[in-house]
Amino acid sequence: MANAGRSAKAPRRSVHLTWEVLLTVILAGSLAFGRLLSPVFANPDNLGNVLLDITEISLMALPMTFIIVMAEIDLSVASVLGASSALMGVLWHMGLPMPVVMALVIVGGAAAGLLNGWLVVRLELPSLAVTIGTLALFRGLAYVLLGDRAVADFPTSYTAFGMDTLGSSFIPLPFTIVIVAAALFGIVLHATPLGRSLYAIGANASAARFSGIDVKKIKLRLFVLSGLVSAIAGIIFTLRFTSARGDNGEGFELAVIAAVLFGGVSIFGGRGSLYGVLLSLLIVGILRNALTLVDVSSETLTIVTGLLLLSSVLIPNFVALRRARKDRLPVAAAKR
Amino acid sequence: MMHKPVHAAAAATLAALLLGFTSMAGAASVKEGLKIAFVPKQINNPYEVTADNGGMAAIKDFKGEGKVVGPSDAGASSQVQYINTLTTQHVDAIVIAANDPNAVVPYLKRAMARGIKVVTFDSDTAAAGRTVFVNQTNAEAIGRGQIQLAASLMGNEGEFAILSATPNATNQNTWIQWMKEELKKPQYAKMKLVKIAYGNDDDQQSFVETQGLLQAYPNLKAIIAPTTVGIAAAARYISSSPSKGKVAVTGLGTPNQMREFVKNGTVKAFQLWDPGQLGYLAAYAAANLASGTITGKTGETFSAGKLGTRTIGKDGEVILGPPQTFDAGNIDQFNF
Repeated sequence: MANAGRSAKAPRRSVHLTWEVLLTVILAGSLAFGRLLSPVFANPDNLGNVLLDITEISLMALPMTFIIVMAEIDLSVASVLGASSALMGVLWHMGLPMPVVMALVIVGGAAAGLLNGWLVVRLELPSLAVTIGTLALFRGLAYVLLGDRAVADFPTSYTAFGMDTLGSSFIPLPFTIVIVAAALFGIVLHATPLGRSLYAIGANASAARFSGIDVKKIKLRLFVLSGLVSAIAGIIFTLRFTSARGDNGEGFELAVIAAVLFGGVSIFGGRGSLYGVLLSLLIVGILRNALTLVDVSSETLTIVTGLLLLSSVLIPNFVALRRARKDRLPVAAAKR
Repeated sequence: MMHKPVHAAAAATLAALLLGFTSMAGAASVKEGLKIAFVPKQINNPYEVTADNGGMAAIKDFKGEGKVVGPSDAGASSQVQYINTLTTQHVDAIVIAANDPNAVVPYLKRAMARGIKVVTFDSDTAAAGRTVFVNQTNAEAIGRGQIQLAASLMGNEGEFAILSATPNATNQNTWIQWMKEELKKPQYAKMKLVKIAYGNDDDQQSFVETQGLLQAYPNLKAIIAPTTVGIAAAARYISSSPSKGKVAVTGLGTPNQMREFVKNGTVKAFQLWDPGQLGYLAAYAAANLASGTITGKTGETFSAGKLGTRTIGKDGEVILGPPQTFDAGNIDQFNF
């Protein structure tokens, strides 16, 4: 046991570094692959499409990374997106001005996150069970709010934002929010005591508690943050498609979680980096776009995405197993 | 058609339904080698496949290059990725059955701004998103027709329910509006619409919804499912339940899908248009737009191969024709 504790630390770190290096190589490969597949892949317009397609998923992946590092999960993100979209439609039809609508939607998202966090922290329920429940609950609320209607008459001054690019670059305006948010989340996770606490909680929650980290407070706040960011994603989604609907973003939670796991964040918590997650989001976006450009069917795309996810679980496990075996051999020999 | 105009005109409707493809004049006005892409609501829906095949057959007739690309889920936004890709590829025309009347519009507008012609069929977008809409038949004829058919099956009295697709489906909602309109007539005073259920165009979910309807409303006399997925699921459930023969299933379905249920007596009659012809007509409309023979203005006419000459109506709408009722007497004459 003492031996396991000693050897576990070093390889863990290096496996996870290797994974990021590997992802960087895969990203470069995907770009080359896309360029090779289609002459129009590298058009600025198309690169803009790549980023635009992953906007909401990337945004929701940021707090999701924090939550999974902390060994929790939030399956309700896409339902919060849908409910936020529906709420946005309802509030706009009530005649409220757009800035007020958006502020209220964000507050609503934070409240949804607060409910998740409260159930997990106060009632000490597993987040997997809680957020499966709220996944259905929030989606149901979305339909209650908007029923079978779709609200589409948002002011063009706001919806134009979804189609615009940053200056004359190819970067879509909505994606600039992702860039800014990713920078903030990256700094918090990798350069602040709070970030280090997340890893500590993920590795061992009781040890973290005994070392003076307020585990409950941090968890609660992260769930609130996740709800809030999902609401922002809901606003962007609604403006981008000029359509507030209850079923917006259905199924996105899986894409978000898949991206985080493929990015090298351990589903058991305590390991992973935001850099890896961002790489994984780009890789999946690029591959999907490139394959679509050469008319690969969407079923095949789903299979490719599934294989990527599986490999992200299998490869590190395989590497860790080999390492463990290597580590064990000298020990076994010494014992004999 | 040029040699025997009288004969052709008289037999037009029947011949079009019964005969296979014959290469006819009229295609001459369309340019050769046009690249036309069909974007169905989802690629694995049998109805959509039939429609797309009709389109591909037409494209073959006028020697164009056709392809079908689209999402495997019917979400509001999932078609956008494909529209953007087609814009990047710069096809000559996009023929789309929209999952949401608004979500795709900004992206279709961008495609049109780059010189790509856009035709909607089956399910329209807001008028700004396309030049021509090829409509199966008008919504009023379908909605009223469904109630008239159901009334004849339930003897003008009793409770009935509607099993629809998604709560946001444009065409289903319009038809249901017209059904409600028709129901206001005095001869239907004893008929009561007890519930509109949504199977989300998912076989499993529609099956479960049917089960739910029968449990919640024991006196139910009919289910109208104005969706091909819904009617087949409802018929399948009822054919093996004690309600067989007591609860009439009707709605919109395809003959191939419904044949066994008509033969075993679960379904007496149902309606539809021929989706293959719908796709065929849409392809011709797209090709004529891309060739510059029409611009989409009211009153313009174009040649649609075996379907003869068609006229563009109000708001760029081209109508295929009135719905067809299928029953045990005629179902074997149809194969789609």
